[in-house]
Amino acid sequence: MGYEPQADFGTPEAKGAPVTLTIDGQSVTVPAGSTVMRAAAEANTFIPKLCATDSVKQFGSCRLCLVEIDGRRGTPASCTTPVEADMVVHTQTPRLQKLRKGVMELYISDHPLDCLTCAANGDCELQDQAGAVGLREVRYGYEGANHLDVSKDVSNPYFDFDPAKCIVCSRCVRACDEVQGTFALTIEGSGFGSKVSAGTGLDDFLSSECVSCGACVQACPTSTLQEKKVAEIGTPDRSVVTTCAYCGVGCTFRAEMRGEQLVRMVPWKDGKANRGHSCVKGRFAWGYAQHQDRITSPMIRERIDQPWREVSWEKALSHAASEIKRIQAKYGTRSTGGITSSRCTNEETFLVQKLVRAGFGNNNVDTCARVCHSPTGYGLKTTFGTSAGTQDFDSVMDADVILIIGANPTDAHPVFASRMKRRLREGAKLIIVDPRGIDLVRSPHIEAAHHLPLRPGTNVAVLTAMAHVIVTEGLADEAFIRERCDWDEYQDWAAFVSDPKRSPEAVEPLTKVPAEVLREAARLYATGGNGAIYYGLGVTEHSQGSSTVMAIANLAMATGNIGRPGVGVNPLRGQNNVQGACDMGSFPHELPGYRHISDTETRALFEGDWGVSLDSEPGMRIPNMLDAAVDGAFKAIYIQGEDILQSDPNTHHVAAGLAAMECVIVHDLFLNETANYAHIFLPGSTFLEKNGTFTNAERRIQLVRKVMTPMNGMEDWEVTQRLAQALGLDWNYTHPSQIMDEIARLTPSFAGVTFDRLDAEGSLQWPVNDKAPMGSPVMHIDGFVRGKGKFVVTDYVPTDEKTGPRYPLLLTTGRILSQYNVGAQTRRTENTAWHPEDRLEIHPVDAEDRGLRDGDWVRLASRSGETTLRALVTDRVAPGVVYTTFHHPATQANVVTSEYSDWATNCPEYKVTAVQVSASNGPTDWQEDYEALSERSRRIAHQEAAE
Amino acid sequence: MNSEEKLVYMANQIARNIAPSGAGEAAEAVADHIAHFWDPRMKQMIFAHINAGSTDLSPSALAGLKLLRTQDASGQSSAG
Repeated sequence: MGYEPQADFGTPEAKGAPVTLTIDGQSVTVPAGSTVMRAAAEANTFIPKLCATDSVKQFGSCRLCLVEIDGRRGTPASCTTPVEADMVVHTQTPRLQKLRKGVMELYISDHPLDCLTCAANGDCELQDQAGAVGLREVRYGYEGANHLDVSKDVSNPYFDFDPAKCIVCSRCVRACDEVQGTFALTIEGSGFGSKVSAGTGLDDFLSSECVSCGACVQACPTSTLQEKKVAEIGTPDRSVVTTCAYCGVGCTFRAEMRGEQLVRMVPWKDGKANRGHSCVKGRFAWGYAQHQDRITSPMIRERIDQPWREVSWEKALSHAASEIKRIQAKYGTRSTGGITSSRCTNEETFLVQKLVRAGFGNNNVDTCARVCHSPTGYGLKTTFGTSAGTQDFDSVMDADVILIIGANPTDAHPVFASRMKRRLREGAKLIIVDPRGIDLVRSPHIEAAHHLPLRPGTNVAVLTAMAHVIVTEGLADEAFIRERCDWDEYQDWAAFVSDPKRSPEAVEPLTKVPAEVLREAARLYATGGNGAIYYGLGVTEHSQGSSTVMAIANLAMATGNIGRPGVGVNPLRGQNNVQGACDMGSFPHELPGYRHISDTETRALFEGDWGVSLDSEPGMRIPNMLDAAVDGAFKAIYIQGEDILQSDPNTHHVAAGLAAMECVIVHDLFLNETANYAHIFLPGSTFLEKNGTFTNAERRIQLVRKVMTPMNGMEDWEVTQRLAQALGLDWNYTHPSQIMDEIARLTPSFAGVTFDRLDAEGSLQWPVNDKAPMGSPVMHIDGFVRGKGKFVVTDYVPTDEKTGPRYPLLLTTGRILSQYNVGAQTRRTENTAWHPEDRLEIHPVDAEDRGLRDGDWVRLASRSGETTLRALVTDRVAPGVVYTTFHHPATQANVVTSEYSDWATNCPEYKVTAVQVSASNGPTDWQEDYEALSERSRRIAHQEAAE
Repeated sequence: MNSEEKLVYMANQIARNIAPSGAGEAAEAVADHIAHFWDPRMKQMIFAHINAGSTDLSPSALAGLKLLRTQDASGQSSAG
């Protein structure tokens, strides 16, 4: 479509009963609580305005939106005047015209008249309103005091702040407060001296609390806050709505384009996951898509110590197929496998698992959920019957008590965190269970009622102790349990948790959580109204990850916090399509829709559709594949969009497994770390270059729309199809919508999903079927999917990863706002301004004991390996606990992590590694050797040599 | 740990986490879990380990694996 700015109704939508009034002779009906400005806009009458925008509350400062109302004196501001029944409003009268002209004249008298060379020319509300009010002259001249010479702040890598163009409408300040909830900006001074300030000593955006979410830039009506890309490229001439490829929130954006060039990503107001908001990654960090490191030609090599040779697609794919066939002939059908990508679309993921099952003839397919939310799948399927969260994001606005455990939403799921903070500012209570003092424990206008700073690895003990309090103090919702759950199982569980040895007092020595704090938290969750639990990888990435998920489900069922808005169990998914990848049958034991491969009826359904016979035995998980490779039994792997060498635990073992394979096929945007061990490289396409769907953490299926031609010539699903064809499979999809049709045909929870419906509805939350044709925002409303909710006894089993004299500290890992997972995308953007390296957070006491100062290089050693990085001395971590991120391959934090994993799913225990920290003066041997290996491995032979 | 040691560790870990559901049901639960999630090679390796006279499996892990071996032999495994 051509370029149209998103509609701005001036003030937020209201929810009241219908009210009818007359505006400029036209009858208008809107909800009570609407403003006159909003009502007029709903009727396509756009009253001139500057300080109003519908993402923030009305402010009433610019005096441009004045109206006349029959029977009332004066000229009230339409943005602050609520509608009333039978009100008669006039928006255009000679009196109003004169007043507005006068207001605009004053604004323009202190504004640069450089419209023709201004980056916002043609996209400036001030310019538009000057035209709308008919301003033709400025009588005051420009010689008096003004702000035209104030210097520009260019410190932020993505946008500039030019105070000379500021009209001090406060939209940016209000957007930062109300939409983002960071409160980084303020209006400093008064009267003529009023100015927007980032509130720091340097008074620049980069050094301020600003998180670069872009809300202020979006709210700015002038070019004061302006994307650098718009200044560089020009204003967009078309836009395409698509879905972000970063975290599991699944924000929808308008990709605003000029020709084939992306100018900016603007959050889409109609997006139901993000409601018009964004974070620094989705809004700005898309430069990787055109980064010079992109590989756009297929490449092969015989051995990993050779340079790559660029070849044609035909040569690369026929070579890949030939190698797979050779290896299967020599080592057997089960010696091959594949890994699907949670960054790719549902359709692409579906095809990779289909390729493995129908083409390779085995079930050796797995996905990155193995290392993140596989325990969620296991735990929620066991207790509720469905491997997914129970709520939509909107549900948080009905929560009274929010319990966050093992998640850091402001860093990892920032757009949802902003919504959560809005609800907390409205009065909801907050409980945080986390070893670190994450931002939500205390930040502007937010303070947790209770923070339970547990020792890493003791989640189950803490949750069971909370259950102990709920049951023994008579706080359980017996009516709910009797109606909705298996009563006998509940009684067994209640007896188990009631044992005094599971009381808060009894477990305090091992959890380090003060018993009384835990008791208060349990009471609040059970009795504070709607209780909603949100959790992340601090729950799943433990040896008892699945038990913790089930313990959470137990708590929700015991208190009746399931099956309505405002409650529920909500896993905050890490990657954009990790929910979808799991839905699509990426696990080695399940076909799409979470149906076990051994189920004859399900298998027959797929066999009939695909025209092949399927292996009835579960396949290998990623760690099993690597073990089998080291044993010589697993020889070839096709990895789409996943960097297991950097993301998976115990890097030495991953490297050994990859090195033992005869054919490693990496299908990715970049020569990632895993590609150092690859024999065939198939260039991938970004989310901007493909069509398909992603499914976010709330089960919301959303369209991904191609906005530019793939640099490599093909979308990823086309590459997989070409590989399948080279293996002899008769696949002939011409568009991903046909793949979705097949998914819907074979998967009951997707039965009502088509691309046409997604286009029409904007999104659908599965299950979408005859019972729920419009999808299912909240699950388990009338009963659990499995029938009766299942209480599972979850005994605390300490991890075998023990601290001791050699390794006295516990390392836990996580991610930071500006970077994303292994950093393959964000490291190739300006986001490195905020996080150029991984740092080791260490408590001042532990640092002092070791003679370490902030910024020192330190050696981080565990039983698995060692690395070096710089220290960040902070009391965010407790004594005895250290923390780091894993965004930079130079650090290789996973050299240190152990091979211990969740008992049920093999999800690695990233969150608990016994380590020692000591002073260091340089990189480890491993880091130096690895850097040399990477350099050798990434050589690409010149074309002449290749031919 | 080599692959065989890992499988023993995993089986013991499964048994230890499932055990609280009741000793009588533990063997069945261990068998069911392994039948649902382990690939054929892993099962063959652990059965071979038992056949070689293993002493490092916990009683409930061993009972579960023996039950699974019997079920597999008779084609009655819950996942197969």
